[in-house]
Amino acid sequence: MYRYDEFDQQLVNERVEQFRGQVARRLSGELEEDEFKPLRLMNGLYLQLHAYMLRVAIPYGTLSSKQMRMLAHIARKYDRDYGHFTTRQNIQYNWPKLGDVPDILKDLATVEMHAIQTSGNCIRNVTSDQYAGVAADEIEDPRIASEIIRQWSTLHPEFSFLPRKFKIAVTGSPHDRAAIKVHDIGLIIVRNDKGEVGFEVYVGGGQGRTPMVGPRIREFLPKNELLAYLEAILRVYNELGRRDNLYKARIKILVHQTGAEKFAQMVEDEFAKIDKTGELNLPNDEIERITAYFADPAYKELPTISADFQAKKSEDPAFAAWVANNVAEHKVPGYAIVNISLKPIGGIPGDASADQMDAIADLMQKYSMDEIRVTHEQNLTLPYVEQGDLYDLWQSLKAHDLATANISQITDIIACPGLDYCNLANARSIPLAQEISERFGTGERADAIGELKIKISGCINACGHHHVGHIGILGVDKKGVEFYQITLGGSADENASLGDIVGPAFTEDKVIDAIETIVDTYLDKKQDGEKFLETYRRVGLAPFKETLYAAG
Amino acid sequence: MATPAQAVTANRLNDGEVVYLDAAGNWAESLDESKFVTDKAEAQQLLEQGEKSVDDRVVLDPYLFDVTIENGVAIPVKKREHIRANGPTVRLDLGKQAAEPVEFKKAS
Repeated sequence: MYRYDEFDQQLVNERVEQFRGQVARRLSGELEEDEFKPLRLMNGLYLQLHAYMLRVAIPYGTLSSKQMRMLAHIARKYDRDYGHFTTRQNIQYNWPKLGDVPDILKDLATVEMHAIQTSGNCIRNVTSDQYAGVAADEIEDPRIASEIIRQWSTLHPEFSFLPRKFKIAVTGSPHDRAAIKVHDIGLIIVRNDKGEVGFEVYVGGGQGRTPMVGPRIREFLPKNELLAYLEAILRVYNELGRRDNLYKARIKILVHQTGAEKFAQMVEDEFAKIDKTGELNLPNDEIERITAYFADPAYKELPTISADFQAKKSEDPAFAAWVANNVAEHKVPGYAIVNISLKPIGGIPGDASADQMDAIADLMQKYSMDEIRVTHEQNLTLPYVEQGDLYDLWQSLKAHDLATANISQITDIIACPGLDYCNLANARSIPLAQEISERFGTGERADAIGELKIKISGCINACGHHHVGHIGILGVDKKGVEFYQITLGGSADENASLGDIVGPAFTEDKVIDAIETIVDTYLDKKQDGEKFLETYRRVGLAPFKETLYAAG
Repeated sequence: MATPAQAVTANRLNDGEVVYLDAAGNWAESLDESKFVTDKAEAQQLLEQGEKSVDDRVVLDPYLFDVTIENGVAIPVKKREHIRANGPTVRLDLGKQAAEPVEFKKAS
């Protein structure tokens, strides 16, 4: 893992004290809310429906057990004993008091964490693949580029007041688990014909009111030129992005209106002006210095398949089901990647109690070389588990209600906080996720349905990623009543696509039945081995429309 | 009989708590204690009174919202205000509803 150097630590410590002063001046009246609001937002502090909400950055989703314990401590000491892991691989606290926030930030700083750039029109926390460093198909660990981007973008003076927020995601595998094509900039680490490693660059993807799959503007960017090229993109955007209209201010609108080819050329023109040997050049020794932080841990030499693990799987079907759904192949023989579902049946997607966080921290130490990743699908991933430990780990997870065997199944739902917490929401999201989860559960039926990603947003801002859900649900308000619009066929992976609206929206009491009708239609139409998305792409919207609306 | 009325709500500056302007001009934590007005001019007056508290650093963003008074109990018209008055519908142990379950909760 990356460790703060003296500059990182000093910057974060100073920021805490700056914010302490700002809060004091707000409470004493020296600062008006109009003056204070941008300052609190730059420190991740929002005002939501019931209280303030603090969003804490988890760079590329990676945490140590010490950091996880601190997150639990904050939940206990300053909040209501829980936290909410988000689609931005961050954590949010829903009930902090304004006067406590400087102390929370001070506590976070002791474990190299902060809430800087988790809000506001700046470059936000960089997100990445939760399987970074352990995926078998990975070309290079995306955390290296992510950390370099984090350092470059932190308090970047030129990009602290962009037209709108800006999100960058990086993947090192051809199979995209980081939804890079729906980010302002998406980077895929690739190898060119000469065997050199560099980046394929996508720009102008995004969700919200105007969803777009980002077009590719560079097929191969040499590693050393990463920052110069990102800076060129940001400069074009900073100059030409629409500051006159909030709804047209994201880079996706600029790219779309300019045309991807012309936009790419503008970036190349700007890039040509940058001195590649100057401060934006990434020297090899600096890349190597950062790379060293993410070197492989001391793996043991283990048999490819643990006999004990195999035996346990045959003895215990519940364990076998959990392994089948939640455990992924590791690049090192004898090891496994373990996904901890934060989607218990009927639970709130992404929520974890302080006790669960502490329990997870213990398990990270005991079984996963002290490390965990937060995923953009609101789950957690233990990256370094020995196969021989899987059974014991599973039993410990079960004891803390963390062993739901449903990764990528119909109950592994992304849901934004919705109208239960959020000031912007038009409708509730979480109750729908809970009802769907209870309707389908785990076991035979869920297994027969197979991979099916449902994503729910409570408003058009699409924090719940509904546009890229295999089934997407968008909550809308019609004269004070919650309605839900369904889209089908979205995807956030390497074959990213936006969902198609199936028809008129459903009321709350009809929407769960509608989801079941969609599932039944899929099961009826599916051919051997076909997943939901494959069936949808083959048969299209028509059969679903028919079964959903025929009776009406 | 149901009577349409309005009340003024805001979030308290120091902790974000949802509060309501009461008849004495104080900010109460419970909707039950709120002052309800049925007249447009009165509503405007109430809002102006609330806005003064922004300068006094007590609350943020006061605004008027609609309720229906039924048998002496105020029921927020919009789901959003219903949730603000009670707490998250998915965590009945949190928010105002955790302390003392209020009658208008049954309205949804």
